[in-house]
Amino acid sequence: MSEKLLVNPIECEGHGACAELLPEMIHLDEWGYPIVDGRPVPAGLERDARAAVSACPTLALRLLRS
Amino acid sequence: MTAATQGLPAEDTATSLPRLLPRDGQRPENWHAHTARHGRLPYRDRRGDLIDDLTAAGLTGRGGAAFPAGRKLSAVLDAAGKRRRAPVVITNGAESEPASEKDATLLWLAPHLVLDGLQLAAEAVGADQAILYTHVDRRNDVGRRLRQAIAERVAVGADRVAVQLAEAPPRFLSGQETAVVSHLAGGPAIPTFIPPRITERGLLGAPTLVQNAETLAHMALIARHGPRWFRQVGTAAEPGSMLCTIRRADGAPRVVEVPLGMPLKALLSDVRADQAVLIGGYHGSWLPATEAVRLTLDNQSLAAAGARVGAGILLTPPPDRCVLIETAAVVRYLALESAGQCGPCLNGLPRMAAALTEIAVGRQRGQTQADVERWAGLVTGRGACHHPDGTARFVRSALITFAAEVSRHQRGQCTGTSKRPFLPIPHGSARTEEDWM
Repeated sequence: MSEKLLVNPIECEGHGACAELLPEMIHLDEWGYPIVDGRPVPAGLERDARAAVSACPTLALRLLRS
Repeated sequence: MTAATQGLPAEDTATSLPRLLPRDGQRPENWHAHTARHGRLPYRDRRGDLIDDLTAAGLTGRGGAAFPAGRKLSAVLDAAGKRRRAPVVITNGAESEPASEKDATLLWLAPHLVLDGLQLAAEAVGADQAILYTHVDRRNDVGRRLRQAIAERVAVGADRVAVQLAEAPPRFLSGQETAVVSHLAGGPAIPTFIPPRITERGLLGAPTLVQNAETLAHMALIARHGPRWFRQVGTAAEPGSMLCTIRRADGAPRVVEVPLGMPLKALLSDVRADQAVLIGGYHGSWLPATEAVRLTLDNQSLAAAGARVGAGILLTPPPDRCVLIETAAVVRYLALESAGQCGPCLNGLPRMAAALTEIAVGRQRGQTQADVERWAGLVTGRGACHHPDGTARFVRSALITFAAEVSRHQRGQCTGTSKRPFLPIPHGSARTEEDWM
């Protein structure tokens, strides 16, 4: 089953940890907020995606089963 | 068919407009006048029964998003069944677009039609709580009228679910669905993150139906006359009629009920070729008049021009106003009305507002327009609600439609001669959470 990344923009404070841990799918805009690739997380990146989710200081990033 | 409608000629009730507003113009309908025109509430005595009619009618939400009403009610009914929790139904009369007057007009002239729709929606989804959310206290006359209407219904025992009135704060976002739910739960009227959808988990966790006041009024008529009657006006893809607010030149706003698919030319009869039309309000799009008059009032037609029907707002600033100054003032208003919760909206909207002011006063730098375009892209789709998306759409359409005027301003010229603002902008922005309560 594939999973997708979803950021809650209300919780997100732009700490940027997610983009450091998963640069393949997340980059920061000019204000430091994440732009998240909404496609399913590829098999090889699942561990990094999980690491990015748990590293978010405001718990704004989630992995949703699609 | 009910006793009251039998008296009317069939073709009269069938096709001619207005359907929602009283025929004799400006006199508000009390319970007696309402039942004389429409008859009593056609309760179905069965949950879900009305939903099939709404789906067959093709009714969509008239608050701006045009979401299919049948699907929304189905979602609430399903969630209620799965979770064994009675739903809440809410009439959304907040009408936060400053240029719109249609819901206020409808609630003033035909409150019982909206309240009928609320009861029938409550029955259809099995709700045990009904709320009417609008500017009850801030507009005393409206509050008095609605309290009177509810009292009339209580006196004759028309309602099966008691209706509470609730106050909507005078903010642009206070009619956004999740903001409505947040406010009714005792919090500020600001959007929350989806998921969960409010149809699943809304007011205090109950499956919640938030439906625009006009949409409920259409439901009340579909329940009486059926889906085929509803489809006798409008287009096959977008059936029925809708209320529009039209502001031309310096005239007062006019609320009219027109069929979907109506040629815009007929609604903008006195527009000049060098004017522009704002379609859909402050989350809508500017179009050159020459393009607008070739379109019809439905999303199929407007989509080709990058516009949407929205809540049916059509504005044509008079030729003596500077459209760039008007646009910049609106974007500033929209930026200040951001709830400030989401980073891209909080950062992008004030920057776009400042850039549009630079453009309007002829002080733009080489990068300004490219910046605006980039920021519009960066905010779109990245908020908890659609406020950034709508603002970006408005801004982009202005830069395209007013390209020639932008160049004139760069050379220090402006076609505007009057400084009196045309597009209505409410005073005062939110500074503390109290302003959202």
